[in-house]
Amino acid sequence: MITRDELRTIAQNGIWKQNTSIAQILGLCPLLAVTTNAVNGIMLSLATIIVMALSNVAVASLRNLIPHEIRIPVFILIVAALVTVIDLLFNANLHELYLVLGIFIPLIVTNCIVLARVEAFAAKNPPLQSTFDGIFMGVGMLWTLALLGGMRELLGSGTLLGGIDMVFPSMQPIHILPENYPGFLLALLPPGAFILLGCMIACKNWLDARAALRAKLKPPSPVATAGCH
Amino acid sequence: MSSTAKEFSAAGMAVRTAAILFVFVIIFTGMLSGAYQWTKPSIEASAAEEKMKLIDEVLPRSEYDNKLLEDIVVLPPTAELGLADTSSVYRARKGGQPIGVVFETVAPDGYAGKIRLIVAVRANGVLAGVRVTQHKETPGLGDYIEVKKDKNKARPWITQFTGMSLATVTDKDWKVRKDGGRIEYYAGATVTPRAVAKAVNKAVKWSEANRDRLFTEGVTR
Repeated sequence: MITRDELRTIAQNGIWKQNTSIAQILGLCPLLAVTTNAVNGIMLSLATIIVMALSNVAVASLRNLIPHEIRIPVFILIVAALVTVIDLLFNANLHELYLVLGIFIPLIVTNCIVLARVEAFAAKNPPLQSTFDGIFMGVGMLWTLALLGGMRELLGSGTLLGGIDMVFPSMQPIHILPENYPGFLLALLPPGAFILLGCMIACKNWLDARAALRAKLKPPSPVATAGCH
Repeated sequence: MSSTAKEFSAAGMAVRTAAILFVFVIIFTGMLSGAYQWTKPSIEASAAEEKMKLIDEVLPRSEYDNKLLEDIVVLPPTAELGLADTSSVYRARKGGQPIGVVFETVAPDGYAGKIRLIVAVRANGVLAGVRVTQHKETPGLGDYIEVKKDKNKARPWITQFTGMSLATVTDKDWKVRKDGGRIEYYAGATVTPRAVAKAVNKAVKWSEANRDRLFTEGVTR
């Protein structure tokens, strides 16, 4: 079973304290490639939530059977098999959803967040906690990617929710800035994503430092980041 | 010297670890192949459905009664159609009588590379329809060749090929207006419609030249 406190800690870690994108700085490759608009960011995050919840629960259930020395190859095996199975099942049974989310599922292969959470959390915790960890890590990724995608889109082309017509054919992107907005290419290119992500990390650190100051505590030491992209 | 059974020699440890890894590999590979086998029929069905959706746009389903997707001839790479790979020709029949063929062709000289087209030609040589399946033409300028991007929803540009045939349209007319023909185009992008017109013309000529062979040849399995 899971206690309220445990759930709260997991949620806080996933959504803010250990947010994959702005605290752990993991999974930058899909982050840069996909967040040219908010819709893409949200779709990739949804696909990641599904994959992470399932891979976490699979690894957590098998954790006592996996020898420590070969855990990484076994984790990779489990995650890769799961991603492929999910991809196939989506394609076969939820074809409409697959047409929308499908292109994002293979992208998760380039995303080390899944392996990172499996190694850091699911390998040491029971299945239920691990499932929630996967979901909340994904939720943290969801709002960050949506915000980053929204900012890039607004700065780059003056719209919001571009690409929504791929998800809901009846909806149209919203033009926030005037039609004749010339566009700001940098925001749409990967360097722009790095710059905006940097601004978001700075904001998070500033908010954390302010909160720590108010609590009359030392600012938290930055979370150590893994060497993975 | 320890008395517990848990301690292994280095070699024993290696064997044990390898055995565990092997078991995991077997289980998950089994899971993968199971999922693949189980989902294969419905994945193939939806892929066929998507193909049919495209074919429906160039040749209405009411015009034939055979299983179009199964009545195919596989073509070797065909230079006349700009195809560097093998491709399939789908044959439509009604009551055993030839109705038309649906096949792929490529316009190699688009403004931004190749333009892939699907073409349906009736047995009497009249074009039943043309659609663009893949292109990289300039968005907002040359992409009107795609029905979805064409601003003229009532009569999209690509539909003007429907009903054309070598008997009714001469080679001289089978060109964009700028080149002295009768094919309309939108100002600003001439290279794109020129490439499409040329490819469609070649495709019709090819199907005329190969008509008998296409309809009589046995189904490629």
